[in-house]
Amino acid sequence: MFSYCTDPSTLDGLAWLSCYLTTGKQFLFYTSFGTVLVLLFITAPVALAFGFGGAIAARSRIAPLRWIGKTYIAMVRGVPDIVYFMFFVIALDQGLEWLRHKWKCPDWDAPIRQGSDFLVCAEAKLPLSSSPQIWHEIYNFSLAVFTFGIVFGAFSANVLYGAMRAVPHAQIETAEAYGMSPRQSFWRVLVPQMWMYALPGLSNLWMILIKATPLLFLLGVEDIVYWARELGGTANPRFTAYPHGDWRLWYFLALLVFYLLFTRLSEVVLARITRRLSHGQAVLGGAQRETAA
Amino acid sequence: MKKLTIPAAALATALAGAAMAQDVVRLGTEGAYPPWNFINDAGEVDGFERELGDELCKRAELTCTWVTNDWDSIIPNLVSGNYDAIMAGMSVTDERDAVIDFTQAYTPADPSKYISLSEDMDVETAVVAAQTNTIQAAFVADQGWTLVEFPTPEETIQAVRDGEADVVLADGSYLDAAAAENDDLYLLERIEKIGGGVAVGLRESDGDLRAALDAAIQSMKDDGTLNAMIEKWEVATLW
Repeated sequence: MFSYCTDPSTLDGLAWLSCYLTTGKQFLFYTSFGTVLVLLFITAPVALAFGFGGAIAARSRIAPLRWIGKTYIAMVRGVPDIVYFMFFVIALDQGLEWLRHKWKCPDWDAPIRQGSDFLVCAEAKLPLSSSPQIWHEIYNFSLAVFTFGIVFGAFSANVLYGAMRAVPHAQIETAEAYGMSPRQSFWRVLVPQMWMYALPGLSNLWMILIKATPLLFLLGVEDIVYWARELGGTANPRFTAYPHGDWRLWYFLALLVFYLLFTRLSEVVLARITRRLSHGQAVLGGAQRETAA
Repeated sequence: MKKLTIPAAALATALAGAAMAQDVVRLGTEGAYPPWNFINDAGEVDGFERELGDELCKRAELTCTWVTNDWDSIIPNLVSGNYDAIMAGMSVTDERDAVIDFTQAYTPADPSKYISLSEDMDVETAVVAAQTNTIQAAFVADQGWTLVEFPTPEETIQAVRDGEADVVLADGSYLDAAAAENDDLYLLERIEKIGGGVAVGLRESDGDLRAALDAAIQSMKDDGTLNAMIEKWEVATLW
């Protein structure tokens, strides 16, 4: 990076550190923070959408839909995340490739399953094995977002399901007495009020999601914990121009600071959202805040 | 005419590109096992297997790219087609051979060694640390000794330092490098001859790729370049 970095063994102190912290490997560490943040900000709405869908399905009047919703919530919540990340993602990837294979290579006659191997024609590969590495990363990343979305969607579905039930029934009855259709009373009365009840549970989920990102490396996406371990590990002078001992403690301290700051920031934002959502609401939390104000 | 030839030429190169594109072979590695494979200062895969793999691809006239993957899921991701070959210091074992295929070995079986904080340690009564899913972990479990497993090799050594385990059992080349670097760690005299040499792992259905890489490895064995590379990286004994 800097011109004086050509022979790091002659440097010491801050000069050495400035060279060390600007190697290509370190930059991969810095970009992984971006990866994690992008993942979180995409996953959160996706999970919320899954959760909303799941909650609506679970309280549907149509029995099959209700069964689907309840099964989704119960099943995903019961399976450990790591199992999900090891097997569901591979199954999803193979399912997509299988569909493309059927579509793109109808003439293929060799079996797709040969022992433990999964074989589709080269044109059906997702992404194509010839495409640049960045596409492979984006693809893996999208699979990760989708999987996180499903897993955390099930948890948030449960939270939203509970929140929808917590809204006083008298509210719905009043809405219906005013002549609102079930759809209107759902969107205009129930949904705006349920957020107050859902928020504490959702904010918990958000905090857990923040810390769940190390699962990413199972999918080949390199996250901050992977790089902290990789960079902090003893660097042998045979293999690097910047040898050092076991510095994992320092790297993990940096992660600790990052996580704490991020958690604090989330708390501030969530507190603001709570205050905003409770405006003018007759629910318990809202009423208390109104009188306090 | 001139106007015609340009698109035709462009089409020809595009077609050639499409044909060539299928020859891209994705090589999966762990990137955390020096001197076999590791991530260098520039953030790229480096080490014995990087150099060997690039040379093999050159000889087999393949275009290769490198990907890193967690050791735990390295075989599942191979069989489901996320990459085409594993070069990650993976020893040939019967269990692995049942799921995937191997080329001929590119390094002879590397005797496994022990490293510890004290020179006289009875490994049979000690707590032995090994990396998960390795031949060493399977060996310790088979002997009925006390085993603790860790996801990365680095953590096995840290466990000995922390007193969580008494000795580490791992590939000799890895521990040689670690012992040379750390004055407080000693290699025990006892060695274990386990594993059957390190080879490229492939899907069982990938016969063509296996044949191509086998031939390339053979040609490197024949002209001595493989031995030179093994000597340079100090990964194993010579052929």
